[in-house]
Amino acid sequence: MAIDLNLETIHTRGQCRVAPNEIKIVQAFQNGAVDREIVAPRSIIFESKADIGFRVAAHSLTLSCFNSPQLPLHLSIADSTRHLALGFRRGLVVNALYWISDVQMAMEVTQILLNAQAVDGALRKQAEENLKQFQEQNLPSFLFSLAGELANDDKPAESRKLAGLILKNALDAKEQHRKIEFVQRWLSLDPTLKAQIKAFLLRTLSSPSLDARSTASQVIAKVAGIELPHKQWPELIGSLLSNVHQLPAPTRQATLETLGYICEEVSPDVVEQDHVNKILTAVVQGMNSTEENNDVRLAAIKALYNALGFAQANFSNDMERDYIMRIVCETTQSPELRIRRAAFECLVAISSTYYEKLAQYIQDIFNITAKAVKEDEEPVALQAIEFWSSICDEEIDILEEYGGDFSGDSDVPCFYFIKQALSFLVPMLLETLLKQEEDQDQDEGAWNIAMAGGTCLGLVARTVGDDIVPLVMPFIEDNITKPDWRQREASTYAFGSILEGPSLDKLVPLVNMALNFMLSALMKDPNNHVKDTTAWTLGRMFEFLHGSALDTPIITPANCQQIITVLLQSMKDVPNVAEKACGALYFLAQGYEDAGPASSPLTPFFEEIVRDLLTVTHREDAGESRLRTAAYEALNEVVRCSNDETAPMVVQLVPVIMLELHQTLENQKVSSDEKQNELQGLLCGCLQVIIQKLGSSEPTKYHFMQYADQIMSLFLRVFASRSATAHEEAMLAIGALAYSTGADFAKYMTEFYKYLEMGLQNFEDYQVCAITVGVVGDVCRALEEKILPYCDGIMTQLLKDLSSNQLHRSVKPPIFSCFGDIALAIGENFEKYLLYAMPMLQSAAELSAHTAGADDDMTEYTNSLRNGILEAYSGIFQGFKGSPKTQLLMPYAPHVLQFLDSLYMEKDMDDVVTKTAIGVLGDLADTLGSNAGPLIQQSVSSKDFLKECLSSDDHLIKESAEWAKLAISRAISF
Amino acid sequence: MAPNDLRRPFKRPPISDQERRRVQTLLRQAQNRQDAQRHARFLVNTVLTLPSQSYAPESEPEPEPEPEPEIELTEAGSAPDLKSLENLDVLGASKLKAAEARKWFAKQLMLPEWMIDIPNNLAQDWFVFARPSGKRCFVVSCNGTTISRLRNGSILNRFPSALPSGARKKDSGSSQSYSILDCIFHEVDQTYYVIDMVCWRGYSLSDCTAEFRFFWLNSKLAETGACEPPSYYHKYRFSLVPVYGCDSNGLQAAYSAPVPYVKDGLLFYNKHAHYQAGVTPLALVWKDENCSQYVMDTDSKGQVPSQQQVVLELQEDGKLTTSDDPPVVFGCLDGSFTQQSGLQSGCLIRFSIGEGGLVLMDGKLEKADLHYLGKANRARGSADSFSKVVRKFPAQH
Repeated sequence: MAIDLNLETIHTRGQCRVAPNEIKIVQAFQNGAVDREIVAPRSIIFESKADIGFRVAAHSLTLSCFNSPQLPLHLSIADSTRHLALGFRRGLVVNALYWISDVQMAMEVTQILLNAQAVDGALRKQAEENLKQFQEQNLPSFLFSLAGELANDDKPAESRKLAGLILKNALDAKEQHRKIEFVQRWLSLDPTLKAQIKAFLLRTLSSPSLDARSTASQVIAKVAGIELPHKQWPELIGSLLSNVHQLPAPTRQATLETLGYICEEVSPDVVEQDHVNKILTAVVQGMNSTEENNDVRLAAIKALYNALGFAQANFSNDMERDYIMRIVCETTQSPELRIRRAAFECLVAISSTYYEKLAQYIQDIFNITAKAVKEDEEPVALQAIEFWSSICDEEIDILEEYGGDFSGDSDVPCFYFIKQALSFLVPMLLETLLKQEEDQDQDEGAWNIAMAGGTCLGLVARTVGDDIVPLVMPFIEDNITKPDWRQREASTYAFGSILEGPSLDKLVPLVNMALNFMLSALMKDPNNHVKDTTAWTLGRMFEFLHGSALDTPIITPANCQQIITVLLQSMKDVPNVAEKACGALYFLAQGYEDAGPASSPLTPFFEEIVRDLLTVTHREDAGESRLRTAAYEALNEVVRCSNDETAPMVVQLVPVIMLELHQTLENQKVSSDEKQNELQGLLCGCLQVIIQKLGSSEPTKYHFMQYADQIMSLFLRVFASRSATAHEEAMLAIGALAYSTGADFAKYMTEFYKYLEMGLQNFEDYQVCAITVGVVGDVCRALEEKILPYCDGIMTQLLKDLSSNQLHRSVKPPIFSCFGDIALAIGENFEKYLLYAMPMLQSAAELSAHTAGADDDMTEYTNSLRNGILEAYSGIFQGFKGSPKTQLLMPYAPHVLQFLDSLYMEKDMDDVVTKTAIGVLGDLADTLGSNAGPLIQQSVSSKDFLKECLSSDDHLIKESAEWAKLAISRAISF
Repeated sequence: MAPNDLRRPFKRPPISDQERRRVQTLLRQAQNRQDAQRHARFLVNTVLTLPSQSYAPESEPEPEPEPEPEIELTEAGSAPDLKSLENLDVLGASKLKAAEARKWFAKQLMLPEWMIDIPNNLAQDWFVFARPSGKRCFVVSCNGTTISRLRNGSILNRFPSALPSGARKKDSGSSQSYSILDCIFHEVDQTYYVIDMVCWRGYSLSDCTAEFRFFWLNSKLAETGACEPPSYYHKYRFSLVPVYGCDSNGLQAAYSAPVPYVKDGLLFYNKHAHYQAGVTPLALVWKDENCSQYVMDTDSKGQVPSQQQVVLELQEDGKLTTSDDPPVVFGCLDGSFTQQSGLQSGCLIRFSIGEGGLVLMDGKLEKADLHYLGKANRARGSADSFSKVVRKFPAQH
C-alpha cells in the first residue's frame, strides 16, 4: 500500500488539496493498472517511499509539491496510454493535476462524432447525449480530445470537422452572457492543456484535409479572440507568419484565412503595429499576381478585407496605400471569378472605411467598375455597382452633417466623387435597368443587376439632387411608351428613383406632367412588372412630393378622386401590384396627417378606402408579397390621418377589427399556425393605432371607451398564443389603452397582472420584455397610487431582470426609468423598495460613471443607462416630495451628488443625460430642502454644472437648469 | 468574412409601420414620463392650485380700476361645485370645460391695490410700467390651441398662436405642456400686451420673483415668434411692455415716454414678490389724468356719474363688504329690504356714495353714506376693494 487516492469524482477545476482525513483508500497502485477514470485534480499523499508504476490514460500530468525540490514536474503524454514509473519518498504531499481523459470516451470519440452526424435519429440523439455528458463530466479532457481529433490526419474528415466545430462553439456564443462565461472558462483552464490544444490547432493548418484546415483556422481565431486581449499567446502571429513564406500552398491558404479570421475576431488595438505591418505585407504578397495558386490569392484578398480595420496607419502612408490599392485593383482583373468578386468586395469595404483617401484612385476605380458592370458576370457586376452605392452612402452622410451651413465642420470633407462622375455614372446605371429578370417582383429573395442599378440610381439622386434630372429625363421619355415592357419598366423605375433628392421646383412640374400617364399605366399596362413599378413610383411621388405643408400640391381637388379610384382598383390586381398600391395609399394618407382638424380631401372617400382595404386583407392570396401586412399598414395610416369629420367612421371600425381579432382567436383553437399569429399581431397593431387616435380627443375617446372592456379581454386572449410578435403587439396596444383609460384601467389589473409579470420574465424575446417595462410605466401613470397592490410583484420582477445576465442589456436602462415611474406613482410608499432599489442604482451608477476607452456603441449604451438611473432618482425624489419620510432619502443624497459630479467631470454626457442630470440636482434640492443645502454647496461641481446648463443652447437643458436653480436657491436660503 | 449578399431594401420603405409604431410608443412614453415629472416638479409649488384659495374662500378678486367691459356671457352656467375643483392644478384646470373653467380662472389673476402711499425702497425694490388700456385676461396655450379668458373667466378669444403648443403644428412641442400669460388685450391694434408670465411650457413661474418672471418673459416670448405680425397659425400679435426700475428716470419714462398703446395708469410690481392670485399690496396701480383716461368710473354710456359708486358684496348676515381679505364692512342691509329687492347672499350690489361721504379714522372706515342703486352688472366678477374706494373718493370730491 503506497498511496491513498481519493477516486471520488470531484467536479472542481484548478488545484485543490484534500485534507488527509477525507482521503479514503480506494485502490492501490503498485505496478498496477488504472481501470477506471481518474478525474483531476487530486491530492496524493505518499505514506512510504515507493517506486510506483502505473498506467494512466492521460494526456498530461502535472505534479507539484511544496516540500520537494524536484517538483513541480510536468509530464506530457501524447499517447492515450502510457506507463509511468516515478519514485516518491514518504511524506511527500503531491498535488497531482491529471488531465486524464475517459479512456473509453477518448477511444470512442471518433465514433461518437460520426454517429452525431448519422442519418438514424436515435443514433444521433444518443451520440449527442454522450458528447454532452463527456463535456459536463470532464471539460478539459473533452476539449483536448476534440483538438486531438481535429489534428489527427488518420481520422475521417467528418469527425474532424465536427470536432472542430464543437470546439469552436465551446469558445464563443451568440448570447452575451454565455460568451462571457465561455471566455472565463477558457481563461481558467490549465495553461499546459491550453498550450497542447493550441499546438494541435496550429499543426492542423498543415493538414492535407481542406475541411480540417479551414475549421482549425476558425477555432484559432476564436482562441485568439479570447487570449490576445489578455496579452496571451503572443507568439501566435509570429508563428503564423512563418507559415506564409515557405510552406506548401494549402498551408499558406489556411494561414492567410486564419490571419483574416483573427482580424475579424479581435479589435485592432490588441495587435501591435509591427504585427499589423507584417500581416498586411503577407496578405498583400499573397494577393500578388505572382502567386500562382488561386486558393491562396482568394484567401489573401479575403484576409485583406478583414484586415482593413487594422490598416489605419498603412492607409495614411502614401506609399503603402498606393501599393495596397494597386494590388487590389490588379486583383479585380484576375481570370478567376471568385477572386474578381472578392477584390470588388474589398474595394467596397475600402470605400466606406477609407473614403477620404480615395481621390487619387477614383478615376481608375470608375474605369474598372464600369467595365465590370458592362461585361463581367453578375456576382462581380453587383459588387461593382455596390461600390458606387457605398460612395453615395458616405457622401449623403457627410453632406447631411454639413447641413445647411457650409462651415465644413465635418470630420471628413466631401470630395463630390458622385458629382464628378455623374455624366458617366448615370448612363451606366440606366443601362442596368434594362436587365430585369422576369417575375423578380414575385420573388422575395431576388437581387439582380437591374435592382442594384436602380437602387444605386436612387442613391445618386439623393447625393447630387437637381443635377441628375436632365441626365435621366431623356431616357425616361425615350422608353416610357416603347412596346418592350423592359423599356417601359426601366423608364418608370428611373423616374421613381429620382423622386427623392432633387428640389421640389424641379420635380413638381415633371410629376404634374407624369401623374396622369402613371395612373393610366397602372390601370392599362398589360405587364405586371410595369404596373408594380408604376404603383411604387406613385407611392414615391406621394411620399416625397405631397404633404399639407408643401406650397404646390400635386394632389388637387380636381385629381384626388381619380387617384383614389385608380389605387383602390389597383388593390384588386395581382398581389405584388396590390401591395404597392397599398403602399401608395399609405403615403397618400400620410401627406394629410398634419393637416389638422381642417377638412381633408380624403374625407369623402374615407369609408370606401377603409372598406376596400379590409377587403384586401380578406383576399385568399393576401399572404403573398406581404399584401396583408401592407393593407393593414395603409389602414393604420388612414386612421392616423383621420380628423373630426371622419372620426365617427374610425369609431365604427373598432367593432369590425375586434370581430376579426375574435375570429382569429377562435380559429387558433382549431389550428394554431403562424398565419393566425401574424394576423393577431397586425390586428393588435391596428387597434393600437385606433386607440391612440381616438384617445387623443375627448369626444372620440368617450365613444371608444364603450368597447374598452371587450378589447382588453381580446388582448388578454392573444397572450395564449406563443408568438412573440403577437405578444409584443398586444402589449403595445395595452399600453396605449392604459394611457387613454387613465385611472379606470385599475379594473383590468387583476386579470392583466399575470401577463404583465409573464412579459417581464420573457428574457428570450427581450423586445417583449422591453415593451412590457414600458407598459408598466404607462400603467403607473394611469393608476397612480392604485398601482400599489401590484408593486411588490413588479418590483421583484424588475430587480430580478436587472440582476440577470441573460436579459439583453438594452432592456436595463428602461427598467431603471421604470423605478422612477413607480416611485412617482406611489410616492412615499416606495419606502419599502428603497433598500433594494438604491444599492442597485448606486452600483449601476458607479459602473456607468466612466466610459473611458469605450466605442461609440458602448458610449451610447452607457448614456442610456445613465439616463435611466437619473430618471429613477428623479422619480424617487419627486415621489417623496412633501412627505414626512423625506429624511429616508438623506443617506443616499451624497452618492447621488457624487454621481452627478463624476458625470460632470467625465464630460461625455449627451444632451438627454445632461437635461435629466441637472433636473435630478433640482429634485434633490426640492425634496430635501434645507437638509440638502450644505451638501450641494459642498459638492465639487454642482455650481459649475448648473452654470454650464443655464447657458446651454438646448432649451430643454436650460429649462431644467432654471428649475434646478430655483429649487437650489430655495434649499439654500431656508 | 465579406458578406456575399449585399442586398439593399428594394421598393420598400426603410422603416416598417410596426417599427414606426414601436418608436412612436417609446416617444409617447418618454413624453408622458417627462410630463409626469414636470407635473410633479411644479404641482406643489404652483400658486395656481386651488388649495391656496381655500385659506381665503371669500377673497373674490377685486376688479381693477378700468371701465367695465360689456360682455355677453355665452351661457349662464350652473353653479359649479367649487369644492370639487379645489384639488385641481393648472394642467387640470386647462382641461376644464366652460362653466367650471370660467369659475376657476376668474380667481387666478394677481390684482394690484391702489397706490395710497409710497412704499419704502421704491427705487430699489420696484418695477414700473405703463399699463396698456384694454381687457385684462389670461392667455392659455395648450394642446394646439390658445384661449384668452377675461377676469370673470369667460372666453375672449380662441385662436392659433405661436406660443408653445398654441397651434396645431408639428414642431410646437409637447401637447401636454401649457403656458399661461397675464395679458391685456388692446382693441385698437388687436394686440395682446403681456404684462406677466405665470406658466411657461408647463413650468410654473408663480413662485418666482417678479424680477425673474420679467427676465424670463423678455427672453422667452420673442423666441417663439409670438411677437411677429399675425399669420395663419398665429392670429394675434403679442407684445411686451417696456418695464423700468423705479428711479427717477424710470418713473419719468413710464409716466411720459411714448408707447404704441393707449395708457391706462402705471403699474408697480415689487421685484421680490411671487405671482399671487387675488389682491396684493406687492402690486400697485396709480392713475391720474396724465397717464390714464379712466380716473373716474364711467357708466355703460361712458358718462362719469355725478356721484361715486361702489360695488359691495352682500353677506348672509346682511353685511355689505369689500373684496379684501379680511373684508371691510361698509354697512348692513336689513332682511325685509333684501327680500323685497330679491337679493341673495353673494349678490354684488351697486351703491352711490351720498353727501355724507366716507368718514375715515386712522385709515379705517368709520362711516359710509351709501345709497342703493341696484344689482351690479352681471359681468362683474367681484366687489370693489377698500383701496379702490378710498383712492377714488378724493378724486371725485
